[in-house]
This record gives sequence, structure tokens and C-alpha cells, in this order.
Amino acid sequence: MPEAHSELSVSLWRGREDGRYQTYAVPRRENQTILDVVTFVQRHIDPTLSYRFACRVGVCGSCAMTVNGKPRWTCRTHVSKVVGKDTGGAQLEIGPLENLPVIKDLATDMAVFFAKWQDAKGVFAPSKTRHDPIEQISPASPARRAADAAIECINCGVCYAGCDTVRWNSDYLGPAALTRALTLVNDVRDGGNPARLQAIAATGGCHACHSHQSCQELCPQSLNPTAAIAALKRRTSAAYLKGELKR
Amino acid sequence: MNVRLYIWQRLTAALMAPLVLIHIAVIFYATHQGLSAADILSRTHGSVIWAAFYGIFVAAVAIHAAIGVRNIFSEWSPFKGRGLDVFVILFGMALAILGFRAIAALVLA
Amino acid sequence: MTARQIKHRGSALWIAALVHRLSGLALAIFLPVHFLALGLAIDGEARLDSFLRWSDQPLVKLAEGGLVFLLTVHLLGGLRVLVIENFAWRDGQKQLATVGACVSALLAFIFLVRVF
Repeated sequence: MPEAHSELSVSLWRGREDGRYQTYAVPRRENQTILDVVTFVQRHIDPTLSYRFACRVGVCGSCAMTVNGKPRWTCRTHVSKVVGKDTGGAQLEIGPLENLPVIKDLATDMAVFFAKWQDAKGVFAPSKTRHDPIEQISPASPARRAADAAIECINCGVCYAGCDTVRWNSDYLGPAALTRALTLVNDVRDGGNPARLQAIAATGGCHACHSHQSCQELCPQSLNPTAAIAALKRRTSAAYLKGELKR
Repeated sequence: MNVRLYIWQRLTAALMAPLVLIHIAVIFYATHQGLSAADILSRTHGSVIWAAFYGIFVAAVAIHAAIGVRNIFSEWSPFKGRGLDVFVILFGMALAILGFRAIAALVLA
Repeated sequence: MTARQIKHRGSALWIAALVHRLSGLALAIFLPVHFLALGLAIDGEARLDSFLRWSDQPLVKLAEGGLVFLLTVHLLGGLRVLVIENFAWRDGQKQLATVGACVSALLAFIFLVRVF
């Protein structure tokens, strides 16, 4: 039944760090995402395949994997975008996200990604109580605009997986953690900046970034961690020169 | 890399940007003219301006190169920590010493 | 072989950062040699002169052209970083990076034409 052009040759990573690629034949359909392909393998060919997904529609950030060498959301990546429209033996190579420990097959351990989020103090620190009047924040204010430009991160890990500085420097907090920290640096309601800037100015903080801009190119939410990190470099440098940071 | 090293790295870089442009102009002039040692020394000997210009340049490059080399080693090799810091400080000092010696050679000769 | 089949995107800006780093490393290795050569003047004018005459050969001139390229490309790569970090975000950076590489190559070429 399946003709040569209606089948995909799909290599999926199996095992842990020392695993290998295993190839499967998956029927090609007209509107098919990478997640559809992985799901087909698990449901119809090999139920032992491990992978992660949730919403399937690009709002949760769970399904990110390395697709033909590039970290992407598999639910929003159409096969045709990766292998083109006409195919004779189209090849797909799908692996787990880079820079993270592999639990099994296509699922990675995101613990260190979120630990770095905490280390960058990407947590709101309230400066008022419930008894104070609600603070009026204008969405048009410069600080709020700057915060909003970086706020839509859904922690998918694509930027972290694509960052070579993360790969080379195990201390580096990474683009996502730093971008989130910037939204709080710019949040006038937040009172945690002294500790936050201290954390970001330390080894592994924003200054480790070399502006490769892979994060900015890869982010499926069109965020710009490179620019966010540049802003943090300015803020921390100013704080340091004013003596606000412990040396 | 932390905020302190970053500031030193970027400040020396910004300082050297115009110095490099001038230096390239000097290179072009000196090499095109086919300057001999006598020609060079007659221009540099006793010159406060040459000494000041290249003195600042050498100091800046020693700091800048040391921090840059530190980054490369800590990211691309297993060499890290206190040992690396000592190594790059020695490297920076060696550059400064050799550089100031070269300036002395040309200005005080 | 590990799971990590790393395919660098090879985008212009990633290459710009790599070239910046490698040129810096090459210059850092070259500098002590450069300072030692200039320091030959301590031993007198004749010593420096014999070095300058030695450096008159084609291979050395070619190497000097390479150094001009490395210095220029390192300067322009550094300016890229300083602009990103201190000024408002701008688009078109990939094109600028490519232009920077071409300017460096052009400068090195002009240098070679003048010394040969």
C-alpha cells in the first residue's frame, strides 16, 4: 500500500546518553507535525518509546525536541517545513533536547533548567501587603513595556538547548532564566532587585553571554534573550559601579 | 565571567578601538615606506607621545587579552579555577612586561 | 558516539562570535613575539634592522597580511558586541557581520598590495 513517496524514514533517539538512533518507517500525511510522527511510532510501532507532550497546540512548551539538528516545538513544526514538499525517502532525525540529561529516548530532565531559573532569582518578591492599595501600573510605561516584551516565555527549553555558552559553561544560568529575571528587574512592584542583581552579576550570570544569538533565532515565542541579557549587563554594571553590589 | 571582569574587558576594548585604528594606520605607513630601523628609531626616540600612546595600548591589551584567554580556557578546556586565574594573571603580566620593554627599546634606545 | 549530534546553525552571527574568539586567541599568541621583535632595538639599531630585512620575504609579508586581517576582524567583532550590549537593538546584524568580514579581508588585501 505505501508508495515510496508517502513514507518517511524517521530516526529516533533510543536510550540514554549512550543510546543510539533507531529508524522507523512512518506513513506521510498531508498535514503532519513532528509530534504526529513521534506519536505514530509510539502507538503503532513501538510502545516502549518515551517522549513528552501535553497541549499539542503550542502553548505548554512540553514537546520540544531536536529535529534535524535544531531544537523546536514538535507540535508546531510541520514535517513539510523540515523535509520539504516533495520527497523521495525523506529523512527525519529526532533526538532529545541538547544540554540536558536524558531520562530516556526523547525525554530530558529539566530539573537543572528550573534550578537555574531559581538561581537567577526569577521569582516575584512582593514589596507591599494586601492592606496597601493596588499599585497602578500603566502598560505603556517604559519599564512595563520592557517587562512585557520578555514575559511570554513558557519554559520550553529551546533556547537553553540551542545555546553554546550553556554547553561550554556549566555555571551559565542560560537565556530563559535571565530573560525571566529581567521581567522582574523591570517590574516596579517587585522588591527583590538587590539580591537578584547580585545573583545575575556573579559567575555564570548574564556576563557569560557572548551574543551568539542562537536563542533569539530559535525562540518559538519570538522573544529576544540576547537583548534581555544585554539590558541586564547594563543594569548590573551600573549597580556595580555605584557600589550597590557586594564585591 | 562576572561583572567585575566584564567591566574591565569591555572598558579596555572600548579604549583600544580608536588605538587599533591608529595602529593600523601606523602599520600601513611604516610598511609601505619600507622603513628601516634607523627610520623607525629616529621617529620614536625620545618621543613622549609614542611612549604614552603605546604605553596605554600595552596596559589595556594585557588586561583585555588575559581576560579573553581566561574565558577561552574556562569554556573550551578542563582548565579552570584558581590555577587558571594564576596562569592568566602571569600571562597578562608577561605581555605587559614585554610590551613596556619594547616601548623602552624604541623610545629610550 | 553520543546522542548529541550537534549541528551548529552556522548562522552569520554565530560565526562572527567564533571568528572574534579565534582571532583574539591568535593575536594573544602573536603579541609576545611582536613585543620581542620590537625589543630587539635594545641590542642596537643593527639588530632591529637585520630583523626588518628578514621580514622582507614574501611569506612573512603574507603572514603580516593575515595579521592585519585578524586585527581588523577582531576589532569589528568586538564592536559588534559593544553595540549589542550598549545600544538599542537593531535588525540587519547578520548583513553587518558579513560586511565586517569583507571590510577586514579588503583591508588585508590592500595591505598586501602595498607591501609587495
